[in-house]
Amino acid sequence: MQEVLAIFTRANIVYMLKGLLLTVEIAVTTIILSLIFGTVLAMIRNYCKGKLKIFSLLATAYIELFRCTPNLLWIYFMYFEFKGSQYFIGTMTFTVFTSAVVAEIVRGGFNAIHKGQFEGAYSQGFNFFQTMWYVIIPQTYKNIIPALLSQMTTVIKDTCFLRAVAITEFMWQSMVIVGQYCDTLPKICGVFAFMALVYFLINFALSLAVRAYQKKISVS
Amino acid sequence: MSSLFNMDKWSRLFADPEIIKGFFEGMKLTIIVSVCGLMLALVLGIIFGVMSVSKSKVLRGIARVYVEFFQNTPLVLQTFFYYYSLPAIRRTLFHMSVKEARLPANVYGIMGVGIYHGAYISEVIRAGIEAVPKGQLEAAYSQGFTTIQAMRYIILPQTLKMIFPPLTNQALNLVKNSSVLALIGGFDLMYKSNSYVCATSNICGYFLCAMMYFIICFPLARLTKYLEVRAQRNPVVKTAKKAEVV
Repeated sequence: MQEVLAIFTRANIVYMLKGLLLTVEIAVTTIILSLIFGTVLAMIRNYCKGKLKIFSLLATAYIELFRCTPNLLWIYFMYFEFKGSQYFIGTMTFTVFTSAVVAEIVRGGFNAIHKGQFEGAYSQGFNFFQTMWYVIIPQTYKNIIPALLSQMTTVIKDTCFLRAVAITEFMWQSMVIVGQYCDTLPKICGVFAFMALVYFLINFALSLAVRAYQKKISVS
Repeated sequence: MSSLFNMDKWSRLFADPEIIKGFFEGMKLTIIVSVCGLMLALVLGIIFGVMSVSKSKVLRGIARVYVEFFQNTPLVLQTFFYYYSLPAIRRTLFHMSVKEARLPANVYGIMGVGIYHGAYISEVIRAGIEAVPKGQLEAAYSQGFTTIQAMRYIILPQTLKMIFPPLTNQALNLVKNSSVLALIGGFDLMYKSNSYVCATSNICGYFLCAMMYFIICFPLARLTKYLEVRAQRNPVVKTAKKAEVV
């Protein structure tokens, strides 16, 4: 036990938490950007009809492509094609495929909104974009917050895949510690338990927030 | 991006039959690992799913801990943990040499995706069981059904209808997540394509890999959507075709 605890010196913990900071930065930026792109994609997929049908098909193709291929593939791909800081590469990669997932979430939100809301807004002289901006999107976002938060836990978990291209997120940093200090089973288990605990606390807090929010919505 | 339309690069990729063979071998391994992982996930999911609706508080607690822990920690972390700890455990338990204690990477991969998705499937099964009101079973008994008949004709059809769409969705995610094998040195599709691209810097290897994953996953995505639509529909009385045959 003593030797396991000896690994967690101040310097080592700071070293690992530096990775956690990058993980959280990437996850938060990704969710915000994905919400923007995802909303645009969902609007294109849902409301481009008639002459603009081709755009709807393109958006559908984008969404289906990224939902049906592994994240790791696109991480390798982006790392190969683009140069930039770790934060940039990580955020961009995750935004690309998270927008596809968020687009489906937002689309589900759009479809759940009653048609009368559109008709009401149009009857007041709103054009399409005004209707979306002032009437539909606020209601949609309120409903999809739980789904977005659970998507955020997914993103935080999946940032581990970034270790494949040597981005120093939390798991990468911790694995450096494992490689350097851990030669026996208790030590390995100790550091892994610490990593699991950190991820668990973040994600569990998020999922508790989701549940609390859902309860609040269902009551009101 | 422009290399997507560079015919020269594509022809170089397809010129060597060995490389294409390697891709297909990788795809085969991905499918094998996914199927084995899905089996494991289903077994775990059913066990813990049933446990989480049981009357015993202890069993419910165990199921809850399993689900929360494995859903809230990353798959990569779990797989790496098996990868690092299992050989060490085997070494101390069975007094093996370092070499003997090593397991093939596929084992870690199957365990990783199986246990991780088992937690999700257990939640799916719990939701499916809870969705059927208790009154259904009581009504069936009151009509003189035996337990097996009630399950066969009343409960299971309703439960399965609820369970299948999220289950196929989990299968899709499992196939995608099986790419974690590439990180621990299993020769799956992801690993093969990445090593090809790294060796030749011909990025078309990634596009081919994307296509192959798409071929596996897209039917699953369609199936999910189809089952979702079907689950919304109300049951209709079946016509007496069977009776005519008899």
